[in-house]
Amino acid sequence: MISTQLLDQLPALQVCLPLAGAALCALIDRRYIAWVLTTLISFAMPVIAVMMLIQVMTVGPISYAFGGWEPPFGIEYRVDVVNGFLLVLISVMGAIIMPYALRSVAAEIARNKQAWFYCMYLLCLAGLLGMAITADAFNAFVFMEISSLSMYVLIALGRDKRALVAAYQYLILGTIGATLYVIGVGLLFAMTGTLNFGDMAERIVAVEQSRPVLAALAFITVGMCLKLALFPLHVWLPNAYTGAPSVATAFIASTATKVAVYLLLRFYFSIFGAAFVFEDLPVTPILLVMSVAAMFAASIVAIFQGNVKRMLAYSSVAQMGYITLGIALATPIGLTGGIVHLFNHALMKGALFMALGCVALRIGGCRLDAMAGIGRRMPITMAAFVIAGLSLIGVPGTVGFVSKWYLALGAIEAGWWWLAFLIVGSSLLAVVYIGRVVEVAWFRAPTGTAAEATDPPLSMLIPTWILAAACIAFGLDAGFTAGVAAEAADALFAGLRQ
Amino acid sequence: MIETVFPPGLILFLGAFLLPVLSGHIRSVVALALPLIALFLVWSVPDGAALTIHWFGYELVPVQGDALARLFGTVFTLMAFAGGLFALHRDNRFELAAAYAYAGASVGVVFAGDLLTVFVFWELMALASTFVIWCAGPSAWGASLRYAIIHLIGGVVLMAGIAAHVVATGSVAFTAMELGSIGTWLILIGFLINVGAPPVSAWVPDAYPSASWSGAVFLSAFTTKTAVLVLMRGFPGTEMLIWVGLYMIFYGIIYAILENDMRRILCYSIVNQVGFMVVGIGIGTEMAMNGVAAHAFAHIVYKALLLMSAGSVLYATGKSKTTELGGLFRSMPVTTICGIVGALSISAFPLTSGFVAKSMILQGAIDAHMALVFFGLTTASACAFLYVGLNFPWFTFFDRDSGLRPKDPPANMTIAMWLLVALCIGIGVAPGLFYELMPYPVDYKPYTTAHVVLQLQLLLFSGLVFFLLLKQLRHTPTITLDFDWFWRGLGRALGREFDGLSVTAWERLTGRMLEAARRFVAGIYRHHGPQGILARGWPTGLMTLWATLLLAAWLIAYYV
Repeated sequence: MISTQLLDQLPALQVCLPLAGAALCALIDRRYIAWVLTTLISFAMPVIAVMMLIQVMTVGPISYAFGGWEPPFGIEYRVDVVNGFLLVLISVMGAIIMPYALRSVAAEIARNKQAWFYCMYLLCLAGLLGMAITADAFNAFVFMEISSLSMYVLIALGRDKRALVAAYQYLILGTIGATLYVIGVGLLFAMTGTLNFGDMAERIVAVEQSRPVLAALAFITVGMCLKLALFPLHVWLPNAYTGAPSVATAFIASTATKVAVYLLLRFYFSIFGAAFVFEDLPVTPILLVMSVAAMFAASIVAIFQGNVKRMLAYSSVAQMGYITLGIALATPIGLTGGIVHLFNHALMKGALFMALGCVALRIGGCRLDAMAGIGRRMPITMAAFVIAGLSLIGVPGTVGFVSKWYLALGAIEAGWWWLAFLIVGSSLLAVVYIGRVVEVAWFRAPTGTAAEATDPPLSMLIPTWILAAACIAFGLDAGFTAGVAAEAADALFAGLRQ
Repeated sequence: MIETVFPPGLILFLGAFLLPVLSGHIRSVVALALPLIALFLVWSVPDGAALTIHWFGYELVPVQGDALARLFGTVFTLMAFAGGLFALHRDNRFELAAAYAYAGASVGVVFAGDLLTVFVFWELMALASTFVIWCAGPSAWGASLRYAIIHLIGGVVLMAGIAAHVVATGSVAFTAMELGSIGTWLILIGFLINVGAPPVSAWVPDAYPSASWSGAVFLSAFTTKTAVLVLMRGFPGTEMLIWVGLYMIFYGIIYAILENDMRRILCYSIVNQVGFMVVGIGIGTEMAMNGVAAHAFAHIVYKALLLMSAGSVLYATGKSKTTELGGLFRSMPVTTICGIVGALSISAFPLTSGFVAKSMILQGAIDAHMALVFFGLTTASACAFLYVGLNFPWFTFFDRDSGLRPKDPPANMTIAMWLLVALCIGIGVAPGLFYELMPYPVDYKPYTTAHVVLQLQLLLFSGLVFFLLLKQLRHTPTITLDFDWFWRGLGRALGREFDGLSVTAWERLTGRMLEAARRFVAGIYRHHGPQGILARGWPTGLMTLWATLLLAAWLIAYYV
């Protein structure tokens, strides 16, 4: 049966299709053809990811031996609830952005570079999906480099000259992060003699207390914290997000940092084991301090930003703090909160950045003072912004509330009252910075270019609104997201060791 | 799902969003139809959980019917109708929408069967009511900000309490709670903030009179009474509430006597009247709870009537200080009559709704053998007549002629007032049907000789006092060095003794807090502002250094 054979190859297709597509885009170098090709491939991705997630939920984890080499010798692709969920998230975000990309890319990127943009987009998608799907520590590094390198190019394609500097900074720091990661993996390989996650998890028990393993944990932690922009290693992020083209920002903000979180989770829970990381070592207090610092410091910085895109970038740093907070709690409920926020944050930040992209299309920038009264001229766009903004604040009925509920619950369960208050308190900061934009956009008289702006074409509005509506839909019925997140948390606690 | 019902609050809440885009007759029709549909839906909710939703692991009951919910639902939707009629020609197109959203959220709380639903609608109420105040224009922004801050704080406390309660008990069901755990305490505090309990009673007279002539009518009805309802459900028979309530009663009286602004007087009396209800909840017997429910119903109606009457005066003259008013009965007969009926009701005159309702709380105190509480409540009733029943209509409509000759307000406003007059008197004359609505079977006869005589004695005596002390009670815009000064000075000193947060002190306090906040923000700005260390672009080398330092820190932490 061809169909079952094809089904068996799903994990490979998930990564190979966009890789091949990227090569084609580069060869053809025609912007419309490139867009059509990229759209087709990115629409196929969620289909594959959902099919795999269904299979995982019904049958159990999928293991795929790449090239027929049996693991642990060959490269293994392994899909369980944790990364199955992540694959769905990345591929869905990648697909939703594509229809939006056509107009936005046409407006923001020079004609002769647009095909290359799509090429890089597909490469980045392939890299992120590969990082999520592989069960091989070194293979993960390779995909990390693929995604990062293409991301540097995506950012450098931004109109703003500062984008180039931002991309360069990100290049340096991203490389340092990746290097630290690969040093960590090297140490682990030296101690265990394997690169396969499952295999490594079994062998690490014997050498757990050795110095190289501890060093490996430190290297991987810091490397991944750089990649996921945990305060105070976040400094590359605001510049990169601000300078990048709107489409790239929306895509990167909702996927790239999430994959880094996933790898960190994988190493903490599946390989080193929760008991070792959180009970024997002081990871919880350190991570907690950094998370809380991120939640507050970055939110406060966001309040004072004059550029809305930059403001949202700082807000992303703060939101990453919530996710790492969930990890630091190291309880099923806390971790559920972290994972569900990973998903929810992708939805709301995607919607916010896409709404901003619509604004940029019409008024050519995202400076707050240029956006005066824009809500009256672009009501549909800015309404989506408000909904996603409310979600960011955590208003009941939106996804933000679901995440914060679980996180607060996790904090209370651990007996940390003050932490629950800090979680709620920091969301009040989001009220301020979102409120600022709402006040300027809706309650001031339109001036300058904002006075002539109109809502963007439907190809951009519909994707934005799909995400904004998802913020409400998954906020009212959190059954799917919270359910899968809870299962993922359980799977993580169960570990890979059988 | 047991049976498909439409949540009654939701129709008002969602319908509110239609109002700003409609205009002309269609808007009027929709505005009047929405509360009536909601009223119909209130009565179509069956007893017990009528709608359940599974929301990650918890069973939420957004709609749960019982007698109490129907009673409050009825009066809330009736109020929305009367208020909507009253405010029909208000020129601000957002105010009525916000008011309906506010009413809808209140009805949502009324029918909530679980704590999460309560919280959601609770916050929506706070948002919508802030918006109502806001619609009064720039003069109300300061007050609306203070109002929003206090309710946001209340919301945070409530949410923390609910989370703690849910963790402790594992259930989100909204049932009577025992004080003891931190969760229930926080929930109680959250509720009490909305009820206007000390030490934050001042938010009521601070915020409500800042609303427009129509907005205040809505505001008076919902927030405090919703809080009374949730207290009835959550904390019946909690003894502490008796003392909280007594405090509120006397706080309201003392400040109302000293106040000059007619709508402010009425707002102090809200605190006073809600105090009665809180005392009743503290007593917690069936008789007392019936009394609380009945009093809440009656109070909403006559307080709205009084505020409509005051609102009409404000609408017609643009003034609300009693020293600038007086003698209006000549040109505003309808408003005067309506104001008097409201005043008689609030004083619990026989044949008005106040009489048949309030006396049940008193009876509850007698039955529970709480002599001190009974005397306190009786004194307060006498005072209520003095400070609102006579104070408001006398100085506004009679007394010295101010020379103003405004006309009675337009027809829709007078019809709304007549409607409430009919309710006040109808309930007072034939309380039978009204008692049917109560949560517990009523075995109480209001019109016995003893009750009527006692009440008339109180009223006549305090009436006598009022006219004897008329000169001293007359409000003055300036302080004159007379006996008057002594009385007002003493009263004010007494008031300070009772409560450090009079409205002026409240404003001073918030002013000081704002100043401190400004300084705090300036400090934060230094580090977090665009030029601050945290927001500047760092040189790449510095970032690398940081990464290295952090790596070193982690290594040390692991090795040690």
